[in-house]
Amino acid sequence: MSHAATHDQHDDHHGAPKNFFQRWCMSTNHKDIGTLYLIFALTMFFIGGSFAMVIRAELFKPGLQLVQPYFFNEMTTLHALVMIFGAIMPAFVGLGNWMIPLMVGAPDMALPRMNNLSFWILPFAFTLLLSTLFMPGGSAAGGWTMLPPLSLQSSSLAYTVFAIHLMGISSIMGAINIIATILNMRAPGMDLLKMPVFVWSWLITAFLLIAVMPVLAGAVTMLLTDKYFGTNFFNPGGGGDPVLYQHIFWFFGHPEVYIMILPAFGIISEVIPTFSRKPIFGYKAMVFAIASIAFLSFIVWAHHMFTVGLPLGADIFFMYATMLIAVPTGVKVFNWVSTMWGGSMTFETPMLFAISFVILFTIGGFSGLMLAMVPADFQYHDTYFVVAHFHYVLVTGALFAIISATYYWLPKWTGRMYSEFWGKVHFWNSVIWVNVLFFPQHFLGLAGMPRRVPDYNVAFANFNMISSIGGFLFGASQLIFLGVLIHCVFFSKKRAADRVWEGAKGLEWTVPSPAPHHTFDVPPVIHEGDLAHGHVND
Amino acid sequence: MGQQHDAYFVPAKSYWPFVAAVVMFTTVFGAAHWLNAEPGDTGFGKTVLTIGFVGVLAMFFGWFRSVIRESLAGSYNSQVDTSFRMGMMWFIFSEVMFFGAFFGALFYIRMFSVPWLGGEGRGVLTHEFLWSHYAASWGADGGNGPQHVGGAFHTVAAWGLPLLNTLILLSSSVTVTIAHHALRAGHRGKILVFLGLTVLLGALFLNFQAHEYIEAYRELNLTLHSGVYGATFFLLTGFHGLHVTLGTIMLAVIWFRVLKGHFNKDHHFGFEAVAWYWHFVDVVWLALFMFVYIL
Ligand code: HEM
Ligand SMILES: [Cu+2]
Repeated sequence: MSHAATHDQHDDHHGAPKNFFQRWCMSTNHKDIGTLYLIFALTMFFIGGSFAMVIRAELFKPGLQLVQPYFFNEMTTLHALVMIFGAIMPAFVGLGNWMIPLMVGAPDMALPRMNNLSFWILPFAFTLLLSTLFMPGGSAAGGWTMLPPLSLQSSSLAYTVFAIHLMGISSIMGAINIIATILNMRAPGMDLLKMPVFVWSWLITAFLLIAVMPVLAGAVTMLLTDKYFGTNFFNPGGGGDPVLYQHIFWFFGHPEVYIMILPAFGIISEVIPTFSRKPIFGYKAMVFAIASIAFLSFIVWAHHMFTVGLPLGADIFFMYATMLIAVPTGVKVFNWVSTMWGGSMTFETPMLFAISFVILFTIGGFSGLMLAMVPADFQYHDTYFVVAHFHYVLVTGALFAIISATYYWLPKWTGRMYSEFWGKVHFWNSVIWVNVLFFPQHFLGLAGMPRRVPDYNVAFANFNMISSIGGFLFGASQLIFLGVLIHCVFFSKKRAADRVWEGAKGLEWTVPSPAPHHTFDVPPVIHEGDLAHGHVND
Repeated sequence: MGQQHDAYFVPAKSYWPFVAAVVMFTTVFGAAHWLNAEPGDTGFGKTVLTIGFVGVLAMFFGWFRSVIRESLAGSYNSQVDTSFRMGMMWFIFSEVMFFGAFFGALFYIRMFSVPWLGGEGRGVLTHEFLWSHYAASWGADGGNGPQHVGGAFHTVAAWGLPLLNTLILLSSSVTVTIAHHALRAGHRGKILVFLGLTVLLGALFLNFQAHEYIEAYRELNLTLHSGVYGATFFLLTGFHGLHVTLGTIMLAVIWFRVLKGHFNKDHHFGFEAVAWYWHFVDVVWLALFMFVYIL
């Protein structure tokens, strides 16, 4: 193999360029692009959050209060699309961008220009998606799953579909980049089974993304041709079947929910060992658990379709396959708890979010198991019980992990400490109000309140009011988060050490805080203490 | 992997990615505007779409030109080469999954939805109450569903043009492989001949496919609107045809690059990437020939 000498093209070797456009729009720097992703995700989090506030305000009391039913449906649809594709996924990609090269000793992502493209597609895609709100006829309002024939009635379907195509292209390119970085850019000595669990989780997530985003693209393309080009994929009169759409969508959709949780597993597997001052319990088991969850996620999709009239054998197969996922998930929860067991634990903000993740995500897992039972799901399906389930796994799961990661690595990014006091205020407010918000929804669902309705039976009034109050306060608590971030980035005086946390291991802590614009111009030499897992040369 | 690199390589800043995002947005915005507009009102959308599309072409040209220059200047080390290879392989994998969605739809429709509409299985009431006359079958008599959407039609016979097209694509796979071997052996003349042949075979394939489509529309009454048969037929073969078009253009570009002496026997990622892509298109066609035309 040819050993090219230093062909370093950085015009800006020692710092970021001063010109705004050059720095942010022409970037080939994983840290700047990661920052862009994170800021974008935060923005979308607040936009999607404001939609949720509209939903909870409307549901505060029975009867139509504030908005028209169609607008309510637009809100539920866009809330989900914005949060999934605009907030959670880009936040994980941003974290991956920032941390994966630092964790494996790479100078940057493997394909830095494509990385920039992956990011810049997103603001345009969401402009397209959100602009439909202002169009005559309004935005898509048939739910984020866009099931035909209802979704075909949306007058702006073409915009929505193309926005989803763009997001898909962005995710696929982002995922290709992450795989190439992890497989090709590791420093010598950073063997696969010495990588941090976060890197492993992203490797597997990236594989899932490349496998299922094109399937979503196919599904929405069929919607597009059914609406505008007269095809009959989903029209039984022409030999098609609306249930076909559901199969294709959920073949994407279920792996998609794991795309939103596996990187979170990775984050928690970094944070808990650090603040327990112990290596993670069962490193290899953790890696294999992630891999088996990813594999199983391809054969459980129809648990979203138990009530559409599948053949009985299919219902039963998908029920058992779904329950099987509880096994590797249980392994993970067990190992996190075992990592804490006997550790000398401290409870800084990232750790608080991580611990609450373990508890609350597990609650979401249990409600998932209840939903996985076919006869039970006949009752729970499309009720608020499902809403409660996926908000436990997504808000107290994926989102709490993202917040935990933000507190954990923020000092590395900025070189300054955030305010621990206000971080804790943020944590306690979040964890209390999120439960006030979502726990009552279990009861609402069990009592039969359907999801996606702007009005409801008075019997559901009390729990809805409690949930709405929790919702408003949870929303307000996130403003504290914003405050902590702004304070840390612009005003904090407290310098962060290179190894920010006492028990932290991994290459990312060997570079200065803030991490310089370029790290690892040459492959770093890995020392024994730097590795979180395994030994040098073993 | 595992080899040492004296220094890492990070490419310089570039405005092409940002330009790419802008032109992609312009294209889809134009397309969406066009689709959504009233019939007499499509001018704006079409104009924006055209601008966007031309922009996309210009962007590809500019971006690849800058990459080719850097590559010729020797900036890329073997690690960059590996990253490019991985990128291309995973991109092709994503394309496989995209086609997978449409093949999945085809299988589902043929194995489940059409038979169920015809009354097979349990609990399927459409047959009882709506369309008891419908006898499930695929192809000309049943493929457009119980309502015979689009009217009676005929299917394209597998052993005519499609067979010819199969032979064409298979031979093109052979010629591109011969060109690849010639490249490794350093015979430029031979590369040009066989790569050129591959391009011609690709163009011939497209030409025949165009004939087939025209015949389907004019004589067989097989259209996009011909129920789910027409939908699966045209989307599967159409997306494949689109990929053949792309592949042919890429092969042609590579042909010019060979002419200009861009490749040598160790450095020819561009060539290999396009060759992989071509084989992928070929394999998809075999699946199409099997499941769309023959069975
Ligand atoms: C322990 C593992 C899990 C099991 C057994 C499980 C099971 C289920 C089932 C059976 C449903 C369908 C309920 C219905 O519509 O009737 C469902 C819905 C859902 N789950 Fe899970 N789940 C699990 C974990 C997760 C995770 C980790 C996430 C995301 C991070 C997630 C996100 C969702 C979402 C978003 C929906 C609702 C989709 C919709 O209809 O809009 N689940 N889950
Ligand atoms: Cu699922």
